[in-house]
Amino acid sequence: MISLLAHSPPQTMFDKVGDLWPEIALFISTCLVMVVGLSPNYKTRARCSLISALGLGLAGGLAIYATPVGHGLLPNLMPYAKAVVAGVGLLLLLLAEGTVDRQEEHLIATGRSVFNPLRTNRAEFYAFFLFSLTGVMLCASADDLIWLFLALELTSLPTYIMVTISQTGKNAARSQEAGVKYFFLGALGAATFLYGFALLYGGTGTTNLHQMQHFFSEQGFHGIAQAGLLIALIGVGFKIAAVPMHLYTPDVYEGAAAPVAAFLAFTPKTAGFLAIILLCSTVGWGYSDNPGHYLPDPVRLMLWVMAALTMTVGNVLAILQNSVKRILAYSSIAHSGYMLVGVIAGPGDGRSISGNGLGAVLFYLLCYGVMNMGCFAVLACLERRSAAGGHDHQPHEIETVDDLRGLCKTHPALGWTMVLCSLSLMGFPPLLGFLGKLPLFTSIISAGDITLVIVLGLNSAIAAYYYLRLAWASYLQEPAPGVPAAHATPYFSRPLVATVCAIGVVLLVLAGDSLFRTSNDAARLPGSAAPLTAAPIQAP
Amino acid sequence: MISLFTLILIPLLTAAGVALRPARYARSTALIGSLVALLATVVVMWTFPWGEAGFPLRESAQWLPSLGGNSDAFDSGRAVEAVGGVRLSVGVDSVALMLVALTSLLGPICVLASYTAINDRVKTYYAWLMVLQGAMTGVFCSRDIILFYICFEFTLIPMWILIHLYGSTNRKRAATKFFLYTFTGSIITLAGLVYVAWTRVRTGGYWSFDMDEMQRVAQAMSAREQAWVLFALLAGFAVKVPLFPFHTWLPLAHTEAPTAGSVILAGVLLKLGTYGIFRFAIPFCPVAAAQYAPLIAVLSIIGIVYAGLICWVQTDVKKLVAYSSVAHLGFCILGMFSFNVAGLTGSVLYMINHGLSTGALFLLIGMVYERYHTRSMKELGGLAAKMPVWATFMVFFTMASVGLPGLNGFVSEFLCLLGAFQADTFQEPNPGAAGFGLGPWYAFVAGTGMIIAAIYLLYMVGNVVWGKLVEPHGHDSGGHGAHASGAHGAHSSLPTDLSPREIGILIPLAVGCIALGVYPKPLTDALRGPVTQEATWVMDAHRHATRTAAAARDPERSEAPEAAP
Repeated sequence: MISLLAHSPPQTMFDKVGDLWPEIALFISTCLVMVVGLSPNYKTRARCSLISALGLGLAGGLAIYATPVGHGLLPNLMPYAKAVVAGVGLLLLLLAEGTVDRQEEHLIATGRSVFNPLRTNRAEFYAFFLFSLTGVMLCASADDLIWLFLALELTSLPTYIMVTISQTGKNAARSQEAGVKYFFLGALGAATFLYGFALLYGGTGTTNLHQMQHFFSEQGFHGIAQAGLLIALIGVGFKIAAVPMHLYTPDVYEGAAAPVAAFLAFTPKTAGFLAIILLCSTVGWGYSDNPGHYLPDPVRLMLWVMAALTMTVGNVLAILQNSVKRILAYSSIAHSGYMLVGVIAGPGDGRSISGNGLGAVLFYLLCYGVMNMGCFAVLACLERRSAAGGHDHQPHEIETVDDLRGLCKTHPALGWTMVLCSLSLMGFPPLLGFLGKLPLFTSIISAGDITLVIVLGLNSAIAAYYYLRLAWASYLQEPAPGVPAAHATPYFSRPLVATVCAIGVVLLVLAGDSLFRTSNDAARLPGSAAPLTAAPIQAP
Repeated sequence: MISLFTLILIPLLTAAGVALRPARYARSTALIGSLVALLATVVVMWTFPWGEAGFPLRESAQWLPSLGGNSDAFDSGRAVEAVGGVRLSVGVDSVALMLVALTSLLGPICVLASYTAINDRVKTYYAWLMVLQGAMTGVFCSRDIILFYICFEFTLIPMWILIHLYGSTNRKRAATKFFLYTFTGSIITLAGLVYVAWTRVRTGGYWSFDMDEMQRVAQAMSAREQAWVLFALLAGFAVKVPLFPFHTWLPLAHTEAPTAGSVILAGVLLKLGTYGIFRFAIPFCPVAAAQYAPLIAVLSIIGIVYAGLICWVQTDVKKLVAYSSVAHLGFCILGMFSFNVAGLTGSVLYMINHGLSTGALFLLIGMVYERYHTRSMKELGGLAAKMPVWATFMVFFTMASVGLPGLNGFVSEFLCLLGAFQADTFQEPNPGAAGFGLGPWYAFVAGTGMIIAAIYLLYMVGNVVWGKLVEPHGHDSGGHGAHASGAHGAHSSLPTDLSPREIGILIPLAVGCIALGVYPKPLTDALRGPVTQEATWVMDAHRHATRTAAAARDPERSEAPEAAP
C-alpha cells in the first residue's frame, strides 16, 4: 500500500498560493472587518457581519470552483473540507449576530455611553472569527509540520479570545474564567503536539509530510518518530476534545456564550480531525493484510483506547448533567470518539464510503456541524431576564434542561429544532445523524474491528438517554410553573439558523447519496481510486 | 393494484392530516385514515397469490446507491441499477401480509378505543398513533435492512410518547425503560446485520443491504460466524418478543400504557420481535439456529412456566394479561425453533391469534378501567351482574386466550406443541417433520404452561366476572356509579355496560377468533409456501454443515450419509 503512494516533489511558492484562494478571500475580509468595525458610524460598523458573510461565501465558492485537486496526501481533501468550513461557518456567523456588541450598542443607543474605538470588541470578534476559520482551511492545505502547527494555532488562538469576550456586563466573569481555563489548557495541548512534531522532525529529518511519508515507507516506522507521532496525536486530541485532553470542554462551553460554544464545537474539532487525518496519512493504513484499514500497531492501539474512552466518558458523564450546555459539551466529546472510530477504520480501498472511514469522518463533521449547531442555536435564541426587572438587568441565557420545558408550545420553531437536532445527534433513523453514523459503522466493520463496533453501538444506546431528555423536555413537558417564560433574543438571524439546521437535519438525508459520494472522494488516498467493475445484481 | 408503499404512506399522511387540522377533527381524521388503510390492505390481500414461497409482491426504488459499490460506476449510467447500496425496497409474502393485515385491522380499533379515554392533547395522540401504524407496516414490508431498521426504530418514538404522555401513574419510568431496552438491543441487531452486509463485501466486493442478497451471503457463513450473528440479531428481537430473561420491561410498559397503546404493544409490536426472528435470525443463520435451538427453546419454556406462575399471583388485571403475553409468546418461539412445518405454522398463527385475543383482553380491561379507574382484582368482582355484555366478551376472549378448542388460541398452541414434540429427530427424507434436539419433554413441560394459563386466566375471570359484586369505593353499588360520580365527569357519556361503539370494536376481533378457531385451513394453506421454505433452509444448511463436518473428520467417508445430530 505504502509503496503505491507517490512521492511528490515539493511545490513551488506559486503552486502553493494557488491552493489558498479561499484563505486569501477570508483574510482580505478579515482585514476589512477589522477596519470597518471601528467606525464611529453605527451603520458602517454594523456591516461587519455582512462583510464576513460575503467573505465566507466567496471562500466557499472558491473552495468548490478554484481549488486544485490531485496533490497532497489526500488529493481531494481541500475543496470538500474548505467548502464545509465555509458553509457551516456562514451559519455560525449568522448565529453569532449580536454576541459581543449587544450591550454596548444598547448603551450607545440609549445615550448612556459614547462609541469608543479603544473599548469596542466587535471588530476583533469578527476578525478572530474569520481568522479561526482561515486556520481550519489552512489545516486542510497543510503539507508541512510547521504549516500544520501554525494552522492549528491560528484556529485556536482566536477562539481563546472569542470565549473570553463572548459575554458582557455582569455575565463577563464566567466567560473570562472559561477563557483563561481554555487558554492554559490549550497552551498545554499546543506544547504537547509541538513536542511531538519536534520528535517527528528529529526522527525523520524532515518537516514535510510527503517526505515523511516517504521516509516511513522506506525505513519503517519506529523509534523517536513513532514516539513523536503518538505525542502529537495526543496533543491534537485537545482540539477535538478527546480523552485525556477533554477536561476543559464542559467548563468552557458553559462559560462561553451559546453562539461561541457552537463555534467551539465545530471549528477546532474540524481542524483537529484534519490534522489527525494528515498525520496518520504519513504512516498510512496499509499495515497487515487488510488493505487500507490498518494503522501501525502503536498508533492504532492508542487511537483505539482514545476512541473508546472518549465515547464512553463523554456519554456517561453527559447523563449526569443538568445544564444543557454541559450536556452538549459532553456530547461533543462523545462525538469526537465516534469520529475517531472512522480514523481507525482508515480509508479502505476508496471504492465507496461504506468502507472509507476517513470519508465517514468528513461526512460526520458536516452532519455534526449542522445538528449540533441546531441545539446551540436554540440556546442562543432564548434568554431570560432576572425577576428583579429594571433596565440594567441584563438578560442571561437559559441553562438547565428544565428551562427547555414546553418549548414546542411556547416557541414551536425552536422547540422542534431542539427535538429534531437532539434526536439526530442520538443517531435516530432516518435523520441526518443516523446517516452519518451508518458509514462509521460500516467502515469499522470493514476494518474487522468488531469490539469497537460493539463499543460504538453501546455508546449510541447510552447516549439515547440524555438526548431523549432534551427532546422530551422540549416536546412533552409542560412549562415549569412559577418560572418566567424565556424570551426570544431580538435577532432575526438566530432563529433562522435554528430553522435552517432543523430543515437540514431532515432534508440533507435526501441529498445523502451525493454527499456520501463527495465525502468519499474527498478522503481517497492517491492510488486507491482503482475503479471496481460493478458486479451485476441478480434480478429478483 | 395498490402499491405497498401506499400501505405505509396512508397512515403517515393521516398523521400529517391529524397534526395540521384542528384538534376537533383529530379523531375523525384518524378513523377515516385508518379505515382507508384497512381498505387498501384488503385490496392488496384480495389480489395476493397466497401460499407462494418467496416474495410474490415486491417493489423497489433507488435511495443511497453510493453506499454500495464503486462510486465511479454510478456515472456510467447503466451501472446505477446494478450495484447495491440502500434501496427503498418493499415486498410481502403470506406471513408478512398477514401481519400487515393484523396491523391494519387493529388501527381503526385502536382509534375507536381511544374515543373517550383520551381527552387531552388529542392531536398529538392520534398523530403518533398513525405514525406508529405506518412504521409497523413498514417493518413488515421492508426488503432492505436499512429501511427495515429505520422502521423498526421508528416504532419506538411514538410508543414512547404514547406511554409517556397518556399512561398511568408510573408512566415515565415505564416509557424510558421500554425505550432504552429496545433501543440498546436493536443497535446490536444493527451491528449483526451490518456484519452480514460486510461479509457480502468481502466475498462480492460491494455493499448491499438487500435482504435476499444478505440471506444468501449469511447462509454461506461459517457456523461460528452464524452463531455470533444469530446472537446479535436475537439481542434486539428477543427483547422485543420478549424472551425470558429480557422480559422485564414488558409488564411495566403494558401496565402503564393507555389502552390503545397496550393493544398495539401486545398486538403488533411484540410481533416485530417474532417476525424478526422468523425473517432474519433463522434464515440468516440456519446452522447456528439449529445448533442453539435447544437453548432458545429452554428459554422460551422458562418464559412460559415462569411468567405463568407470576400471572397466578397478580392482583392487577392488566399486569396479569401482560405477563400472560410473555408466556404466550414463549409458545410462539418454541414452535418457531422446532423448524418443522407444524411448529412454524403454529408459530405464525400464534402471532395473529395472540394479537386478536390479547388485544381484545386489553380493550376489555381498558373499558373497565374507564368506568372504575382501577384494575385491581381486590376492588373488582362479580361484574357480570352489572355488565353482562362486557362479561360475555371477557369470558369469550379469555377462553380464546386459554386455548379452548374451537377458538383460535387452541389451533396455534397445539401446532406449536406438536412441532416441538416432533422436533427430536432429524428425518432425512421428510424435512417437514424434523428438528434439532427438542422433543416430547420440551412439549410436555411447555404443556404444563397451558394448564397454568388455564388456572390463572380462569381465576381472574372467576374473580372479576363472577361471584359477589365488588366495586371500588366511591361507586354506589346501586347501579349508575359512573354516572353519579362527579369526579369522573369526563366519562359521563359511558353507559354502565358497553356502548355500541365498544361492542362494535370487539365484534371484529371475536369474529376473527371464531373463524380462525373453527376453520384455520385457509391460513395454514397460505402459510405452507413460506413455512416450508423456512424449514427447508434450516434442513439444507444443517445437512450441508454436517456433511462438511463429516468430511473434515473423515475425508474418505465424506460421501456417506450423515447421522442424526
